[in-house]
Amino acid sequence: MYGKGLRALSIATVAAMALALALVFFYAPLEAEQGFLQKIFYLHVPLAIVALCGFVLGGLLAIQHLRTREARWDMRSYVAIHMSLIFAVATLITGSIWAKGSWGHWWVWSEPTLVSFLIVFLLYATYQPLRFAIEDPERQSRYASVFAVTAGAFVPLNFIAVRLSTAYLHPRVLGSTSNLPGPMALTFVVSLAAMALLFATLCKYELTAKHTRAQVRALRRRLTGETGAPIRRRSAAPSLQPTAASAGSATGSGA
Amino acid sequence: MGALLAELPALPLHTAGKYVAAAYVVAFAIVLIYVAIMGIRLSRIERELGELLQLTESSPEAPAERERESTPAYPMKGHT
Amino acid sequence: MRRTVGALLRKELLVELRTLESVPGMSLFAVTTFVVFHFALNRNSVDGDLASGILWVTLLFAAILGINRLFVADAEEGGFDGFLLAPVDRSAMLVAKVLTLLAYLVVLEIVAVPAFALLLLGPSLGGAMPGLLVTLALGDIGVAVIGTLVAALAVQTRARDLLGPLLALPLLVPIVIGGARATSPLLALSHPTGAPARWLLTLGLYDLVFGLIAYALFDFLLED
Repeated sequence: MYGKGLRALSIATVAAMALALALVFFYAPLEAEQGFLQKIFYLHVPLAIVALCGFVLGGLLAIQHLRTREARWDMRSYVAIHMSLIFAVATLITGSIWAKGSWGHWWVWSEPTLVSFLIVFLLYATYQPLRFAIEDPERQSRYASVFAVTAGAFVPLNFIAVRLSTAYLHPRVLGSTSNLPGPMALTFVVSLAAMALLFATLCKYELTAKHTRAQVRALRRRLTGETGAPIRRRSAAPSLQPTAASAGSATGSGA
Repeated sequence: MGALLAELPALPLHTAGKYVAAAYVVAFAIVLIYVAIMGIRLSRIERELGELLQLTESSPEAPAERERESTPAYPMKGHT
Repeated sequence: MRRTVGALLRKELLVELRTLESVPGMSLFAVTTFVVFHFALNRNSVDGDLASGILWVTLLFAAILGINRLFVADAEEGGFDGFLLAPVDRSAMLVAKVLTLLAYLVVLEIVAVPAFALLLLGPSLGGAMPGLLVTLALGDIGVAVIGTLVAALAVQTRARDLLGPLLALPLLVPIVIGGARATSPLLALSHPTGAPARWLLTLGLYDLVFGLIAYALFDFLLED
């Protein structure tokens, strides 16, 4: 049952987001160098951190899939990576806007966060084409999990490598997250928590929707009396076979 | 507040404000696009469930009859 | 395990010697790319950062050619099935393929680096050789490990020639960073210095981590 905690989670996300936005625009002081433009920091950096953690989480969930061979872990890994990719795109766009505002160019090579995000984005953009190119569902899940683990391990290494390559050349354009004064640190932590909650809510939302669709398909098969394996179009997404156990309530036994 | 801003060397508020607004609008738009996609999927599920409900109401005997005919007394594994 | 790896390696190298599919193509590609660079950059000689970059990019793209072909014969002619039937440790195929790709890269560099020195490089290679050899060795190991893993992933897909490079290039970026940064002071026009230890350490650590990851994951790719 995927939708069980969804209401509580979404309420918590809304509250955290509202609090974070209020803190950003009414409480956090103006920064000395960049002034009002620095407010993007509270959006861009939490997006980046949550996206990176999401990619690593996708790798961890893939390890679980490889160990247990259960489809639900592959589904969770797929959703986590998909959502992190969206957050990564948002990171790149907000980072680019910030760079344009503070440096005058839409892209700066001297900002290691942006550069490593570009590389990570290019890597994970191949995840869905890879899945789509493998027809057999079991093999698709297995190969995608191998990719997710490799890429998940790559994310922190890439971050370190890119940061090393820019460290001794230019000063950071967009500022670092350490040594924040008190009110800014509080705002940042709340923003980070709100972004993490948003990620969790959207992932749960996605999983619930996918599971619901699988249940509807199973119900249709049962009602129209079809037997045998359904003809599935080639797809990149893993499929869940809903069982009575996964439905949660006593729907399976009554039919 | 005005005196503080006059001291800062950064972009004046009206240009910096545009960039900050643009960034937050982009983030908001992405979330809204996702909500729209989920809305489309939800209406599709609703439509399918409606069809299935019609299926159960219109012909409650037919599927049961079909099942009685096609299901052998001892269901054999692998038999199609 | 060692015997299996030895047998597989011998088979790979024999096949390559007889068919000459990968290595001549890779080497020729590298030399041709140097010519293209001459015209594209409109320069007679390069040094420092530029030389280092051209060398590493060319080696990388030539390696991609080899990576694309690494598992194709096995996939098309049942090599996987034959291997799975044998009662041997499945990781032996990973080790054998990595060593094969490593061998291809070494031969590639034996051709490409002198060609580079001849065609495009400004400063002489003499003093830079030891540092260059170490850097190339560390980089080659990383390219071989990641290349084998990506080749095994891509060979079972429908668009293997396209997906292989797309998967490999982002994963190889840290190797390019480490390799190019380490080589750049070696090829400087004035005051060439040794390769900075920091980058060699980065390359070594990257090779180690991905070697372990590939070793852990490869078995999952071979099941049927």
